[in-house]
Amino acid sequence: MIIPLQHILIFSLLLFATGLYGVLVRRNIIGILISIELMLNAANLNLIAFSKSTSLAPETGQIFAIFVIAIAATAAAVGLAIVLALYRVRKTVYTDEVNLLKW
Amino acid sequence: MVAPIPVALIPLLPFAAFAVNILAGRWLKHRAAWLSVATSTLACALAIPLCWQVFRGAHFAHQATWLMLGEVPLQFGYLLDPLSSTLLFMVTIVGTLIQVYAMGYMRGDPRYSRFFAYVSLFMAAMLTVVISNNYLLFFMAWEIMGLCSYLLIGFYFEKDSAANACKKAFLTTRVGDIGFLIGFLTLFAAIGTLNFSEMNSIISGAGATPLNTTLLSFAAFFIFCGTIGKSAQFPLHVWLPDAMEGPTPVSALIHAATMVAAGVFLVARSFTLFAAAPNVLPVVTAIGTITAFGAAFIALTQHDIKRVLAYSTISQLGYMVTALGLSGLGAGTFHLITHAFFKALLFLGAGSVIHGTHVQDIREMGGLFKKMPSTAVTFIIASLALAGIPPLSGFWSKDEILLTAFASGHTFVFGVLLLTAFMTAFYMFRLIFLTFFGEARNPKVHAHESPALMTLPLWALAVGSVVIGIPGSPFMHHWFQKFMAHASHYPEYEPSLFVMACSIAAAVAGILLAGVVYLKQKHWAENTAKAFRPLYLLSFNKFYIDELYSAYIVKPFHAIGRILFGFDETVVDGAVNGTGYATMLLSRIKNWIDIHIVDGFVNFTGAFAYFLNSFTKRLQTGFIQNYLLIVVAAVLAFLIFELKSI
Amino acid sequence: MEILELFSKIGIYATMALVLVFALGVVALRNLFHCALCLAAVLIGTAMIYVALHAEFLAAVQILVYVGAVMTLVIFVIMLTEHLGGKTIRQTNRQSPAAIIGLSGIVVLLGTLLMKTPWPVTAKALDAKVSVMSLGKALMGTYAFPFEVISVILIACLIGAIVIAKKDVSEKGPS
Repeated sequence: MIIPLQHILIFSLLLFATGLYGVLVRRNIIGILISIELMLNAANLNLIAFSKSTSLAPETGQIFAIFVIAIAATAAAVGLAIVLALYRVRKTVYTDEVNLLKW
Repeated sequence: MVAPIPVALIPLLPFAAFAVNILAGRWLKHRAAWLSVATSTLACALAIPLCWQVFRGAHFAHQATWLMLGEVPLQFGYLLDPLSSTLLFMVTIVGTLIQVYAMGYMRGDPRYSRFFAYVSLFMAAMLTVVISNNYLLFFMAWEIMGLCSYLLIGFYFEKDSAANACKKAFLTTRVGDIGFLIGFLTLFAAIGTLNFSEMNSIISGAGATPLNTTLLSFAAFFIFCGTIGKSAQFPLHVWLPDAMEGPTPVSALIHAATMVAAGVFLVARSFTLFAAAPNVLPVVTAIGTITAFGAAFIALTQHDIKRVLAYSTISQLGYMVTALGLSGLGAGTFHLITHAFFKALLFLGAGSVIHGTHVQDIREMGGLFKKMPSTAVTFIIASLALAGIPPLSGFWSKDEILLTAFASGHTFVFGVLLLTAFMTAFYMFRLIFLTFFGEARNPKVHAHESPALMTLPLWALAVGSVVIGIPGSPFMHHWFQKFMAHASHYPEYEPSLFVMACSIAAAVAGILLAGVVYLKQKHWAENTAKAFRPLYLLSFNKFYIDELYSAYIVKPFHAIGRILFGFDETVVDGAVNGTGYATMLLSRIKNWIDIHIVDGFVNFTGAFAYFLNSFTKRLQTGFIQNYLLIVVAAVLAFLIFELKSI
Repeated sequence: MEILELFSKIGIYATMALVLVFALGVVALRNLFHCALCLAAVLIGTAMIYVALHAEFLAAVQILVYVGAVMTLVIFVIMLTEHLGGKTIRQTNRQSPAAIIGLSGIVVLLGTLLMKTPWPVTAKALDAKVSVMSLGKALMGTYAFPFEVISVILIACLIGAIVIAKKDVSEKGPS
């Protein structure tokens, strides 16, 4: 371990916060999806870091990271498909223009 | 002895006709009449052989227990003795003939089937009265007769006069009926039975236990009240003239031949009782004599053809009652039978005249003899019978009554009855001369003879009026009187030529006087009326009895009614309305509470929820990132909480 | 060694800093295409950090799957939808100040929490090397069932994505 665990965690926290900020404020749905990928990356980084520093089986963290990547890929695929369908029906990709479900 | 055929069928057949006609009359239409006539004829066919056997000396009686009153059984049954079989004979024949006549008379009436239903019901009730063997059954059928009388008098209920007449008839006879009810209940208390035969044997076979004569007199007097009401005797006679508002066949059947005779029949039925209560018989005689004379006096001046006949009926009923009061059971019953034939004939003849001319006032008639020969001839035959011209039936029966009065020593009564016979002859022939002779006084009247369906019963009754007196005449050695007396052991009197001569003289004098006054010297009538104006007015206004009743009975009752009505209206209705108003007021208050407080709560709940939701609904933006921001805020809060705990 | 270690440390921190800068680019740039490129940079940077943490296989997967497949997909969709034109359209919504405050709160709090927490670090784990073979054995042995489930999910999602994204035939039909 070249750098302390805390530093990696702080880094992944910042990365996660940045991604969450993107999720919270971007109007474009594709932008939101991209920001989600950022957050997933931060999570993956945490998994690797912990698998490197604790006495669990060292492969576990990486395998879960691989699962996360796989799920992320499917999420991206479904999400983008939804974006396409939405775009086709309502000619928009902005979240505040599809707020039908409200009071 | 039990009769060879079910006697109950005799009244039940007309009753069946009534049931069918009242229920299916709308569908039967004119066939209703055939049904009524057929059942009546059948009853007649059943009754006559039975009567014949009774005339030959048989005696039928049978009864079945209806219910037990404690120890005492109430029994229904029939009793066919000389008295009831004679009436049965008369009622079935006269009733059937009148119904045949009514088929022609009522043709085209909108309530044709209804009329025959009522008549059949009446026949059933009358036959039940005749054959019943106890007071209770008698009274029940008697009441049904009263009902039928009411319904049929008011048959043309569209007319106010008919509606008033039927009410008057019902209420007036009701007074007598209540007396009858009190009477036979008193009798029940006195001797413990309502059965006629048992009553006869108890009273005549008295001696084992001395009977309470006062109680018996009381009972007899009140039973006689029933007769006064039903047979239209003096104080309660006022309903019968008004009852002429009904259709003429009804007047003939109910108000001349049968129902009014039922009152006389009641006295004859209870004769043992009346004889055992000697205080009552003079009352009966007095009432009968007053009625006979007064009604004849009124009949002298009436103008309505049916009213003259009605007063004549009252007068003749008075004769019968007088005879019974003088213990002349055979004489009274004999006159009842003969009178039923010729008075039914007179009414049917009057009906035929009315049918042919459409007027009832004799002043508008005249010279109808040529236009209506059958009607006129039969009418004259009946009138001769009523006046008492031998050898027609009326002579024999009237003579028998006069004889009873004369021979029993009641000379005053005899005199009055003789005068009445004179008046009877006079007013009947006044009627005939004014109606059938002279010239037609009203050119608008276009008379025509009635159809055969109506004239045939007239002829049949005319034959009856002629021959029915034979059984009581010297030609058959007074068979009828003996037949009656045999049943009841009451005095017989030897025929008196003096009485017969008086009777014939009175009748002939009356007819001749009428002929002179109304055919030759027409001004005599007016002059006499002017000369004896008070008497004329007294007769013309029927002794002012209706006015007296109106002033001293009806008006006070009206006044009481008004007072009670006022009480009802102000106090009772006031209480009811007050309750209503109070309820309304209370409900208005409740309504106000409901609207402003209960509804206010409900609405406030809604409005409050709406008010609160105006804040909270802002959270539901439909904007997903906003929700996510709230999640972030929640996580932040959670973290702050966590850090504090550390 | 020390110098080498120092340099590699400097390299790692520098990579981290760059990644954060690119990450800011991902969320803040107006042009979505640029964002996607920044994301690619972030992913590559993260892969480099994986390498530094001795997760070479994962780094390779990251590059292959993310940069190779997901990024291509993302850029493809951007191309499909982004002919809306006007790049002057506002790209962030009104809640960005609130988000910044909230997130900085979270970062500060979680950061303190992380720094305060005594993380157990075992020497044995630090030394362990994870070979691709052991990974493969674990994947096909211990985690065989989740692996298969993931495969099914992957297939299902891809088919679902196709169904959602394809044009509705009935809409296009002659009506």
